[in-house]
Amino acid sequence: MTDTLSTAVSHELDENALLEAYRTMRTIRAFEERLHDEFATGEIPGFVHLYAGEEASATGVCAHLDGRDSIASTHRGHGHCIAKGVDVKAMMAEIYGKKTGSCHGKGGSMHIADLSKGMLGANGIVGGGPPLICGTALAAKQRGTGGVGVAFFGDGASNQGTTLESLNLASVWNLPAIFVAENNGYAEATSSSWSVAADNIADRAAGFGMPGVIVDGFDFFAVHEAAGEAVQRAREGGGPTLIEVKFTRYFGHFEGDQQTYRAKEVAEARAKLDCLKRFRARVTETGQVDAARLDAIDTQVADLIDAAVEEAKAAPKPTAADLETDVYVSY
Amino acid sequence: MAAPVRSTADQPTSSVQNLTIGKALNLGLRAAMEADDKVLVLGEDVGKLGGVFRITDGLQKDFGEQRVLDTPLAESGIIGTAVGLAVRGFRPVCEIQFEGFIFPGFDQISSQLAKLHYRTQGGIKVPVVIRVPYGGGIGAVEHHSESPESLFAHIAGLKVVSCANPVDAYWMIQQAIRCDDPVLFFEPKRLYHSGALKAPVDTAAEPDPLFASRTVRQGSTATLVAYGPSVKVCLDAATAAAEDDLSLEVIDLRTLSPLDLEPVFESVRRTGRLITVSEAPSESSITSEIAARVQQECFYSLESPVLRVTGFDTPYPPSKLEEHYLPDLDRVLHAVDRALAW
Repeated sequence: MTDTLSTAVSHELDENALLEAYRTMRTIRAFEERLHDEFATGEIPGFVHLYAGEEASATGVCAHLDGRDSIASTHRGHGHCIAKGVDVKAMMAEIYGKKTGSCHGKGGSMHIADLSKGMLGANGIVGGGPPLICGTALAAKQRGTGGVGVAFFGDGASNQGTTLESLNLASVWNLPAIFVAENNGYAEATSSSWSVAADNIADRAAGFGMPGVIVDGFDFFAVHEAAGEAVQRAREGGGPTLIEVKFTRYFGHFEGDQQTYRAKEVAEARAKLDCLKRFRARVTETGQVDAARLDAIDTQVADLIDAAVEEAKAAPKPTAADLETDVYVSY
Repeated sequence: MAAPVRSTADQPTSSVQNLTIGKALNLGLRAAMEADDKVLVLGEDVGKLGGVFRITDGLQKDFGEQRVLDTPLAESGIIGTAVGLAVRGFRPVCEIQFEGFIFPGFDQISSQLAKLHYRTQGGIKVPVVIRVPYGGGIGAVEHHSESPESLFAHIAGLKVVSCANPVDAYWMIQQAIRCDDPVLFFEPKRLYHSGALKAPVDTAAEPDPLFASRTVRQGSTATLVAYGPSVKVCLDAATAAAEDDLSLEVIDLRTLSPLDLEPVFESVRRTGRLITVSEAPSESSITSEIAARVQQECFYSLESPVLRVTGFDTPYPPSKLEEHYLPDLDRVLHAVDRALAW
């Protein structure tokens, strides 16, 4: 059964939690907007897929997670990394291909991973992540840690066999798994309104015997509430949930994408729906948070991103010797 | 009776066009679709967008959505769909966007596509072409720069080819589509739009056979064998070596399964030295197979061991390490020196 949640204000968040959520979303936004500018200079190698516009999803879900939990991400993975606590400076260095990066420059934007934070990795294969989460959720269940696994994936991956196989497995094994379908409207240039043969990705949950919910992805509180219910159910042995988060990505599929396939929804989303604007308006209007404290976070985040870029640019590259390391545990 | 006067009015002004590999593939696909209405093109973003590398640009516009199909993002589904189409009489051409994305579809390729003809004791033909942009040098990482061709050459039931220049791109794609067996068609993605490789393609010419290798430069000191993106590296190396009075022969394999090694054996019997070049990791690869076959066929002609210049036996590295990983002119010439000094 698919429910559409109302966007009621969650009363479970105290001021510190609200400030933390805002800091996470602001950090993701600033990180991505800066990458957008820096990529245009040509200094960043390879492909970069930006998460700007989607911050409420990673932030609202990961707010419920702790050290027991793991997440699997996508090619659009920077936001998930930041929300799960991966070091921002190490991420930036990784994207610059430098030795000081999260993966010593061997991962790049599409493969940032930090298992110490429960982050299994961004993933260059669409639909590559959900099967991994079945594994980590099964491990948590076997060990009785109370931990959960969260697979973030996009509307494109929702059509991959690997994703559908994972939904089935998670239900069959009653795994503590949460599947977060981030439907930003397009798999590269292909519209999800065409490629997804159901009204909603969440509708498919019924076919796998799990609850399916749809949330407004621009509304942090809606995501937070839906994810909270799903994580609690999973921790208590109630099995998996499929959450469909609907929103729009602000930038192209990758940096450099001409975006000839979509019209003007981005400008409208930025103006009217933006998760940061709505969050700020809500928490200041209700008097829960003073605007000056949010302004201070903006400044701190801007300084952090400046420092991250500066340090990444100055950091050493991997050497030729790094080619042959870490291929095997022993050889 | 007078000899017939040949009219030029009916002839196109010229059947020769100066093309990149990418444009030659596009025109080759177009010619195949015009020649046979059973030819369909399917893949992720191949229609409206024209493919991420623009190889199918304009095909949907000209042939319609029935023949050029955008698919959901699902490689296993794309290939499985193509198998079903082929056994019902179509000739589908699938595009896999980057070689690293082929692995979700590997099961369908290995377990269905390659096996159906054998399983039905010849009762079913599966004329599917899977186009695979492959190789490095574009600043991308694993999944976007790899050379997995040896994996497919290892599977009985599949044919595997790779083009290295615009003329072959134009003809080989058409020949692959006409082939009644499944063909994995590997395309050197970093050379798609290379202006330096632009060449005149005569669309009225008689092409070489598909499953044949070709000597692309004559020489007598040593033999270089390569395919796909490495052919250009070898030709450049041969040009540089000529300044040192070294005469290198270069053979473009073109077909990886079946291998056509007679020209290689003939060459090695003259030069006595062989260097094989490929971006793929060396272990259990096409280059290994050539070395094994050459030592078997040319044992008494060899003046030195067969040497291999390849990618590393590691996952494909990130961009800052690519220059170390990819075979280049220096590594090829170093191998020539080692062979000569043996």
